[in-house]
Amino acid sequence: MPAGFFLTLAALALFPDPGRRLAFVLCGLAVEAMGLVVAVRGHMPKRGAGHE
Amino acid sequence: MNATAAMSEALTALTLALLLLAPMAIAGVALINTGLGRSRSAAQAMLGNLSLLAVAAIVFAFIGATFTGSLGAKEVVLHAAGKTWSILGLSPVLLHGLGAATPGAQLAVLFEFLAVAMLVLLPWGSGADRWRLAAGCASAAVLAAIVFPLAVHWIWAGGWLAALGANFSSGAGFLDAGGAATVHVVGGLSALAVVWIAGPRRGKFPKEGLSTAMPGHNAIYVLFGCLLALVGWLAWNLAGAIIWLHAPLASLPGTAINTLLTASGALAATFSVTRFRFGKPDASLCANGWLAGLVASSACAAFASPIGSLFVGGVAGIFTPLLVELLELALSIDDPTGAITVHGAAGLWGLIAAGFFAPQPGQLLAQLVGIAALLGFIFPLIYLLFAVLNRFVPFRVDPDGERMGMDLHEIGGGAYPEFVVHRDESYR
Repeated sequence: MPAGFFLTLAALALFPDPGRRLAFVLCGLAVEAMGLVVAVRGHMPKRGAGHE
Repeated sequence: MNATAAMSEALTALTLALLLLAPMAIAGVALINTGLGRSRSAAQAMLGNLSLLAVAAIVFAFIGATFTGSLGAKEVVLHAAGKTWSILGLSPVLLHGLGAATPGAQLAVLFEFLAVAMLVLLPWGSGADRWRLAAGCASAAVLAAIVFPLAVHWIWAGGWLAALGANFSSGAGFLDAGGAATVHVVGGLSALAVVWIAGPRRGKFPKEGLSTAMPGHNAIYVLFGCLLALVGWLAWNLAGAIIWLHAPLASLPGTAINTLLTASGALAATFSVTRFRFGKPDASLCANGWLAGLVASSACAAFASPIGSLFVGGVAGIFTPLLVELLELALSIDDPTGAITVHGAAGLWGLIAAGFFAPQPGQLLAQLVGIAALLGFIFPLIYLLFAVLNRFVPFRVDPDGERMGMDLHEIGGGAYPEFVVHRDESYR
């Protein structure tokens, strides 16, 4: 998820063109979304284990 | 966004009056947190609401307010790509100079105090029935000292997100007049971190079959909390529009109407979705939908048209029950109050909607950059801080305590001693 954030910052700093900047910001958000999916899967408790 | 513009005495008085009504929203959320938990944890939940609020206010006064930059001109800046990036504010310690500050700056600080009080209550509801009071207070201190001041400086006090408009021609910079980002998205993400670290309630996800339904113990608390929240939210959105957007008096009735319409649209949508899915409307999910509408309005009530507000609320009201169900059934996330959806997801939706409805060109880009900062930096920071905190102050109550109920285990008495019969083992 931080990688997506830094991609967004890089888009701001590197691209003066608004269209290209928006595209790379969306890429950054997509990377963050993938990171969130991985985090969610990593935290899914095993059924019947742990706190059950 | 910042609060440095001069305000007339009448506008100052009106804003102060509005801010004195804003705690109604906090009271509403406290009632919802309590009602959606179990009866054997109700007193601990309500005491927790009060305690976390108090801890947050004290820690914010001693530490957090220093780093928001709302009272001082100093800031920590980076220079990159030919621009100045303000990343941290430096105000005088212990609110020194508050009395001499402009009325606008004083009102901004008051708004921040109320915002941090609301913020810390959001994860508290998600950790219901297993999150220890001491750990809740410690997490409130961490949020008030580190996370909230960072978000406030970036968004409200002239930080790099607020300066996106000036630096990168992105609309008016990241817009969040009612605290959709600083309060609700940060609160929703904190709730997710707490739920992950503390784990689900005992017996919530059995070895086989669907997850166990653990309905809230008092639907009246929850629904009355929604009504109280409306009063507070109206005040909150109007005060935010005046302080952060310098909205003129003439625009305030429209903002209030938009707030009501967003919540109403959300309730109508959730009512319809749950009626269609379950055959009858679900009171708890309808409350979630109403609150999701209010949260979404925090971001865009000042810009959207009345029809646009209905649309924003309608979308929030449709995805709220579906996402609550998805998180519980598909992703095994045990969130008793639905704060991750209601505050986190609805807050994000409101921020995106603000990008579409705000009149400035390029506003959507600013909103997306702000969302990327919340998800990509603030959320990992919250999780890291909470994970470290969990090492020193364990979040989860021990199994005996969970079986007994948080009331008896943590505060030695139940909320309803004359009405709830505990098993003998509860008194061990």
